[in-house]
Amino acid sequence: MGTGSLLEEAFDAGEIGHPEVVVARTPWQLFWRRLKKDRFALASLGFIVLLILVAITAPLLVKALGLPAPNKLDTNALDEAGLPAGPSGSHPLGVDSLGRDVLARTIYGSRVALVVAFASTLIATVLGVSLGVLAGYYRGWVDTVVSRLLIDVLLSFPILMLAIGLSSACSFGDGCAGGLIQPGITTVIAVIALVTWTYPARLIRGQVLSMREKDFVDSARSIGASNFRIITRELLPNLVVPTIVYATLIIPSNVLFEAALSFLGVGVSPSTPSWGAMIGDAVNTFDTAWWYLLAPGLALVMTVLAFNLLGDGLSDALNPRSDD
Amino acid sequence: MSEPLLQVQDLTKHFPITRGVVFQRQVGAVQAVDGVSFDVQRGETLGLVGETGCGKSTTARMIARLLEPTSGSMMFEGRDLATLKGRDLKAARRDIQMVFQDPYSSLNPRKRVGSIIEEPFRIHGVLDSADARRKRVQELMDRVGLNPEHYNRYPHEFSGGQRQRIGVARAIALEPKLLIADEPVSALDVSIQAQILNLLSDLQNDLGLTMIFIAHDLSVVRHMCDRVAVMYLGRIAELASNEDLYASPRHPYTQALLSAVPQPDPSRKGDRVVLGGDIPSPANPPSGCRFHTRCPYADEVCKTTEPQGDQLGGAVVACHHPLAG
Repeated sequence: MGTGSLLEEAFDAGEIGHPEVVVARTPWQLFWRRLKKDRFALASLGFIVLLILVAITAPLLVKALGLPAPNKLDTNALDEAGLPAGPSGSHPLGVDSLGRDVLARTIYGSRVALVVAFASTLIATVLGVSLGVLAGYYRGWVDTVVSRLLIDVLLSFPILMLAIGLSSACSFGDGCAGGLIQPGITTVIAVIALVTWTYPARLIRGQVLSMREKDFVDSARSIGASNFRIITRELLPNLVVPTIVYATLIIPSNVLFEAALSFLGVGVSPSTPSWGAMIGDAVNTFDTAWWYLLAPGLALVMTVLAFNLLGDGLSDALNPRSDD
Repeated sequence: MSEPLLQVQDLTKHFPITRGVVFQRQVGAVQAVDGVSFDVQRGETLGLVGETGCGKSTTARMIARLLEPTSGSMMFEGRDLATLKGRDLKAARRDIQMVFQDPYSSLNPRKRVGSIIEEPFRIHGVLDSADARRKRVQELMDRVGLNPEHYNRYPHEFSGGQRQRIGVARAIALEPKLLIADEPVSALDVSIQAQILNLLSDLQNDLGLTMIFIAHDLSVVRHMCDRVAVMYLGRIAELASNEDLYASPRHPYTQALLSAVPQPDPSRKGDRVVLGGDIPSPANPPSGCRFHTRCPYADEVCKTTEPQGDQLGGAVVACHHPLAG
């Protein structure tokens, strides 16, 4: 080839430099390169990792900081009027109206927040993606049952009212669903998952509806692939990105959901440290003990903000059409 | 003459038009394909041509069983493809493969090229070891003119022409008896089209493939096919050998199509047949001969009586007033 030899001569004469060898990058490498440039997303990721470490090591951390256990009542920490005292040496962020240490409870509160958020998001995502894929792929009566009878009916309820009702119904004795859903934290997880799975389901259904018309699905079918194989090997790999992005964006809303239920008194049991319950408690004494609101409030805001920023960063970095 | 590989008889596909949301009722039907019959001999290439919406892709998709026929039969090696189910259908699919029109949507963007091409082996349980599959995939990539070292790349790293080569490699992986090429070059740049066409005819010669080649471009069909079926509004207007069709079209529609092919001869003029009007809706096709609304030779018979496919020389022509040969 004429051009080839001309180029080679130019290389040999040192007139132009050899181009760098182009190495194909995998989608994950590309994703990581893009995410690394997003400082907000990286900072959020750092915060979330830290929060997870705090939640895992909560008992050790509380001990290391020399704080009392989160449920230890300390009437000495209350003032003469029985109102919570402000920050002091032994209680850096003060105590609540029962004399329990606010910092210790805030640290333990990260456990409830994360466990409820991750578990409910996981259940809602698995349920939503499965039903959404089935509805979008099979259409017909499957779609009618999933979209009309389940999703539309659930969405027509005021979600918070439904959650409050379910939570209170499951909060007594053996709970609901034949003891499967125990009162307390499992109730909160189940309730949140039940009312939020409809959103990923609708999103995924729409994606599958458009994707099943693509030629690569027809191609797989013409080769002889079964429906199961088409769903698992052709459709699901294309749904990973929207699912991850959507899951990271509903985690913060589920953190808030748990806080809201606990704030309203239908969430986790009162003795369990939860940011929402603490905020609800703090509101009663806000005029005298404003500092009580500070720790759980900040923790909640920062956690939700971090997940939202990370979710935005992920959706930018995972979208193959975004600029490098 | 030996028995044809594929015998299509009165193949029909009507897409229902429905009204209502929950309780749907049918208010009509789009007659995409309406009583199409043809044979495909072993080793030949049959062209299907026609305007957009004439039913050529629908016909192909029914043969590949991507669409269920409304009625009619498709005899393939003694079995009717239209009624096959389950295991028999899967076995038949192995012998009939398809190359799709759009090289962008026909490859899964999340799968590596190697895994796309080896999918037929996995589905049909051929070549059990991963090494054997990789070796075969690389042979196939080499065969269709791709660098075998690129088996680990993703489709977006290839050009349109290269992607179509990937599609061809996947289609010939199981050494099918019948290859259906649904407008395999119409989405490609003109400079690339010839490469893919040459690849397909090389493969056909080497592998003894039988091919159904769909196109809306008569010059492409002329290059590729032994016999050509011209479709209009869901029916076959004329089916003739390549030479006969181009030398002496019998059906007025074929004549009009051929006269629209540009000729590289500036002195040639005057014999362009321009059709008036638009192609009628397949939901409400004209009575009698479907072409009578646009045919320059139409008379009363054409409006009332449906023409049957008559043998004229080597050709089958559905016309009351066929042109002299």
